[in-house]
Amino acid sequence: MNMTTVVETLPHGHKDHIGARIGMWLFLFTEVLLFGGLFLLYSVYRSNFPEDFHYCAGNLDTLMGTVNTVILLTSSLTMVLAVANLERKNRKYASIFLLATMLFGLLFLVNKYIEWSAKIEHGLFPNSEILQQHTMGENVFYSLYYLMTGLHGLHIVIGIIILAVMFYQVARKPRRKIRLSSVNAKDINLTDQSGETLWTHRESEPVQTIEMALVYNRHEDVADRQLIKVENSGLYWHLVDVIWIFLFPLFYLIT
Amino acid sequence: MEEKMEKKNVRPFSTYLVIWLGLLMLTGVTVTVSGLNLGQWSVLGAIIIAAVKSTLVVLFFMHLKYEDRVFKIMLGLAIVTLAVIMVLTFVDVSFR
Repeated sequence: MNMTTVVETLPHGHKDHIGARIGMWLFLFTEVLLFGGLFLLYSVYRSNFPEDFHYCAGNLDTLMGTVNTVILLTSSLTMVLAVANLERKNRKYASIFLLATMLFGLLFLVNKYIEWSAKIEHGLFPNSEILQQHTMGENVFYSLYYLMTGLHGLHIVIGIIILAVMFYQVARKPRRKIRLSSVNAKDINLTDQSGETLWTHRESEPVQTIEMALVYNRHEDVADRQLIKVENSGLYWHLVDVIWIFLFPLFYLIT
Repeated sequence: MEEKMEKKNVRPFSTYLVIWLGLLMLTGVTVTVSGLNLGQWSVLGAIIIAAVKSTLVVLFFMHLKYEDRVFKIMLGLAIVTLAVIMVLTFVDVSFR
């Protein structure tokens, strides 16, 4: 009997989990150095203008800062639970926790908006008429305050966008149901549920037996393919949390 | 690699909850301590507590505890680099 073997690989490919995480960590180090430079700037100016920094930090809303700290810490918990659920192939809970993380991120931004609005309403923003009459140290403090919490807020915005993409990829149904069909036993077609042809094959003789192995479309594989991306998004989110852990005492507490 | 994946799956949810509670407690501590007027020590205290909190996040939430040694070496290098930049700048600023 004439036998033909066709090996066809639908997009799947080998993934290097450890390499992907190393790449993410390397990126995070550049972020650490970016914020590290700003923390350095803060420290030097703080030692130059201790009284002004002391006085201004006392004007920031400690309660608001504490609430935002709790929100971010909790968002880190939901983020790590999303990863843990995806590791256990539970896409449903993983997507719920991703959604929760995004909501906490948004809540953080809402608080930040309220806080900034109050400050701006009091005329406390860089180069404002009120601040121009104040000391050099106070001006430096508010410049650093807006720069550092602003850059941090921007990271939260980017994080929420990344998490939204992750949520879409994890929560949506597995992409395709594949159907194998043959009209005259010579033409063999693979189609998905929308009728789109994925692959066709033509034999010169009628085919008697078709053996097919599909590992592409199982739920677990979908979860596994998303895992690297969600893990790395989580690493980013946690780093943003770590930066806030340092921003919070430096701006709101040391008074 | 297989072993790694296996190990991952046994990390229980409860670990994360405990770490989260610890982080909330430390937040409470740092807010309380800042109200105590410890002068110079309050800066040091706040930074130490922040360092402990971020260590918890990095070790458990970012899974550094379970990673290969190369991750730890890399993070160490990054922290040392940042420390060198900070110390040298401060030496420059203080003795200018």
